[in-house]
Amino acid sequence: MSQQRRGGPLGRGFRLCLLLAVLLAGFGWGSRAVAAGDPFAELAATNSDLVAQGVRALAVSGSPRAAPVIAALKSGKLLAWRWPIPNAPLFIRTDAGLVDARTGAPVATPPMPVNLRPVIVSDAVRGAIETASGVLDLMAPDPTIRRHAAEALLQAADPGSLPLIDGALAREKNASVAHVLRDARAAALLKSATAPIPERLAAIQRLAARGDLSARGLLASLHGEPPAVAAAVAAAIKGIDRQLQMWDLVEDVYYGISLGAVLLLAATGLAITFGVMGVINMAHGEMVMIGAYTTFVVQQLIAAFAPALTEFGLLFAIPAAFVVAGALGIVIERCMIRFLYGRPLETLLATWGLSLILQQAVRSLFGPTNQDVSSPDWMSGFVRLGGLTLTVNRLWIILFAGLVLASLMAALRWGGLGRSIRAVTQNRRMAAAMGIRTPWIDALTFGLGSGIAGMAGVALSQIDNVSPNLGQNYIIDSFIVVVVGGVGNLWGTLFGALILGVVDKFVEPLSGAVLGKIIVLVFLILFIQRRPRGLFPLKGRAVEA
Amino acid sequence: MSSDGFTFGRRQLGLLGAGLAATAAGLPAVPDLIPAAKAAPAPGTGPIKVGILHSLSGTMAISEAPLKDVMLMLIAEQNKKGGVMGRPIEPVVVDPASNWPLFAEKARQLLSVDKVAAVFGCWTSVSRKSVLPVFEQLNGILYYPVQYEGQECSRNVFYTGAAPNQQAIPAVDYFMQQLGIKRWILAGTDYVYPRTTNKILEAYLKSKGVPAADIMINYTPFGYSDWQANVAKFKAFGSAGKKTGVISTINGDANVPFYKELGNQGIKATQIPVVAFSVGEQELAGLNTAPLVGQLAAWNYFESVDTPANKEIVAAFKAFTKNDKRVFNDPMEAHYIGFNMWVKAVEKAGTTDHSAVIDAMIGVAHPNLTGDYATMMPNHHLTKPVLLGEVQANGQFNVVWETPGLVVAQPWSPYLPESKNLIGDWLPPMSCGNYDVKAGKCLGKTKA
Repeated sequence: MSQQRRGGPLGRGFRLCLLLAVLLAGFGWGSRAVAAGDPFAELAATNSDLVAQGVRALAVSGSPRAAPVIAALKSGKLLAWRWPIPNAPLFIRTDAGLVDARTGAPVATPPMPVNLRPVIVSDAVRGAIETASGVLDLMAPDPTIRRHAAEALLQAADPGSLPLIDGALAREKNASVAHVLRDARAAALLKSATAPIPERLAAIQRLAARGDLSARGLLASLHGEPPAVAAAVAAAIKGIDRQLQMWDLVEDVYYGISLGAVLLLAATGLAITFGVMGVINMAHGEMVMIGAYTTFVVQQLIAAFAPALTEFGLLFAIPAAFVVAGALGIVIERCMIRFLYGRPLETLLATWGLSLILQQAVRSLFGPTNQDVSSPDWMSGFVRLGGLTLTVNRLWIILFAGLVLASLMAALRWGGLGRSIRAVTQNRRMAAAMGIRTPWIDALTFGLGSGIAGMAGVALSQIDNVSPNLGQNYIIDSFIVVVVGGVGNLWGTLFGALILGVVDKFVEPLSGAVLGKIIVLVFLILFIQRRPRGLFPLKGRAVEA
Repeated sequence: MSSDGFTFGRRQLGLLGAGLAATAAGLPAVPDLIPAAKAAPAPGTGPIKVGILHSLSGTMAISEAPLKDVMLMLIAEQNKKGGVMGRPIEPVVVDPASNWPLFAEKARQLLSVDKVAAVFGCWTSVSRKSVLPVFEQLNGILYYPVQYEGQECSRNVFYTGAAPNQQAIPAVDYFMQQLGIKRWILAGTDYVYPRTTNKILEAYLKSKGVPAADIMINYTPFGYSDWQANVAKFKAFGSAGKKTGVISTINGDANVPFYKELGNQGIKATQIPVVAFSVGEQELAGLNTAPLVGQLAAWNYFESVDTPANKEIVAAFKAFTKNDKRVFNDPMEAHYIGFNMWVKAVEKAGTTDHSAVIDAMIGVAHPNLTGDYATMMPNHHLTKPVLLGEVQANGQFNVVWETPGLVVAQPWSPYLPESKNLIGDWLPPMSCGNYDVKAGKCLGKTKA
């Protein structure tokens, strides 16, 4: 970028203005006869700066061919004649053969391949392509696309794009897009060495008010400025840093909560099977894994039979994963666990063996490689909240974890099955005497815990790799959460997960991810020695039973 | 297949028999020759055994199992051409199951029980380190096909993958010169390869005048998935007004959540570019490549390189495995070169005797699949081109840059104080893997 600036921003700015004027006047594309104004001609140049200029000019030319030509250039499919010839023909390579870049018509008599070369894509050109796609997007009808384009312009902070931004601002009706455009204008002004100083100072103020990392990066990249500007920049950076420091704390807490939500999801099912029933279920992680694979299968089925619903595949996967993992849980309880009640060591060994069997079964069925579970658009990207960048998928997971826990608590408190479960765990013989089929309730309880683990798998498929080993990564953490929180207490599970998450994220920046994990585990050992029953131990007769 | 079996049959009619039946069934003829070969064990006749020491189960199977397939294909093709010195080659496949001590056991078995002429194997540096004493004690030959951290140069190993200066250093140069990167994030998984590579890169960057404040080193565990805090940290590091780049030695499946998080936090390749040393076609197969598109990887080979030899072998591999979706990658090319060099060296030496072949290997050249020639240098490493590729949506790479010529390997990094005076040269009179040019003497066996 800096090279172009040296090349004379005024000259290029003027040309951009001219092209923009042509565009606005509605002439559209048609300047081909004017060789100097033919942006396509510059694309055939062998100098990458000229090519970059060509890309910019093409983007604002308003030509309907601009988008396909720039896309072709980006993927290396735009070909030029190997040596300079008049009219500088350009071709796009497609599967069907060569296409004339200027008209989009197929070439009847294609030249020999040896005569052609791909148009150079250097870093300068790449930057220009990025801006160009932004420019094309600025004219899109969708305000979100325009907003993203404006953000890209802000990042690029290219003084050459000032006329462009002004043009877009004049047209822009959407307030939030216009806001970003004004920020982008400030960024471009900031970088322009020729703009009047008061204007630049105002730009610095505007960016300082924006106060995020990209603004800081832009400000910090200025060197050798006049003293007035340099002082303003230094003050602005200082102000931003102070703000960011405050946000850092909030950010760490948020990351902790978001890790806590993941832990909570993974552990909630275990809080039922281990916490309520007392089954040391080493195959719990595999239930999570099976939930993730169910998500994969559901996505495949939807893609095959109802492509229109692809965006909402996850919503269908949630009940599916609950049913699949839950049913499997019931089968496991009926065929294996019920023979092992009261024998924790055997249960541990048997469920561990079961976890290996399930892993290998999935490996044999789906192959050892990771499966590709796609994220819908509504779960991608990020939102800004003050100085925070919150990724959307994590926000959904926090929400989902909360919902799962709340509905589980509600079901246990008010639901018919929940009442029976509580009755059986509190006093099995009395419950049996009241006519509750306790073995059946055992099976359903185990199924409920497994089903919840399956739902956790749906969420984890969005942030982790869907592989046969997925469950192994979470089983230890799940047990820790349940034990720290206090066995048999769902509130304890919630607090255990959040505390572990937040502690982990506060320790991590100090010591790195590897050492951080070790430190957390050491804390845990000390904690469990002091509070062997966890944060919220159950009190009363149920404990003794 | 059957016609090739026939040409082979004409050479050694007496040995065939069950073999022809097997070729008719579409199987490689050679393994079925074992009983016949055992019947005629006269030295200098019978098949030549070659060991294949790659994990076929466990965590590394995803990466290593395809290397076994490629070796079986190369051996089958060589046998079609009449084997080596007129004798067929017989593959001996063992499964060290991603278990490092088991690698050493299996290597011992290959060398002392099966008496193989050469072993093609290992992937992780840990597995190589674990078999190294076995190969040195029994004077075996190991062809090691993976890019690695250097700081080793054994007489019994031919390193057909890249040394750090054939992958990491050129990629850093590209970042520095072409992209104008001023601030560096060295992100890696926490084990020996990333740690050593990052140590070398840090020393290299400092030698280029990069201040320590502009280098950030970040390690994460294997299979890490909670990247949001780390990526936010990278972003903050990148907002100091200097162009920032990430040099990634992140290994295995931790990469996918990493790139996904980059995408989610809105960091594009044009803002903070990432170049990876452990992400190749095999790793990308079966992944959602959308979050990775536009990011870079440095290798010595890409499947997408448009040369006739490459097209031919990729097609042959797909046909051999009867699977159109199989991909070809850098370590596979290394085995392709290594195996062909071994064949040439055996024919040059006229024997499969280990010491004779080791001496004959030096100076042997074979074309790379991407053009130009790979030559086995006296330091037991190859000359290689270095390519930088951009990930595309189809899981292939688009080459955006390559070194102007071939790069000669420096197994001992000149940027680390402990190895800056060392060279490896296995030609007489030096015949030493760690010759100290300053002290003028061979350090000999150290606990490397």
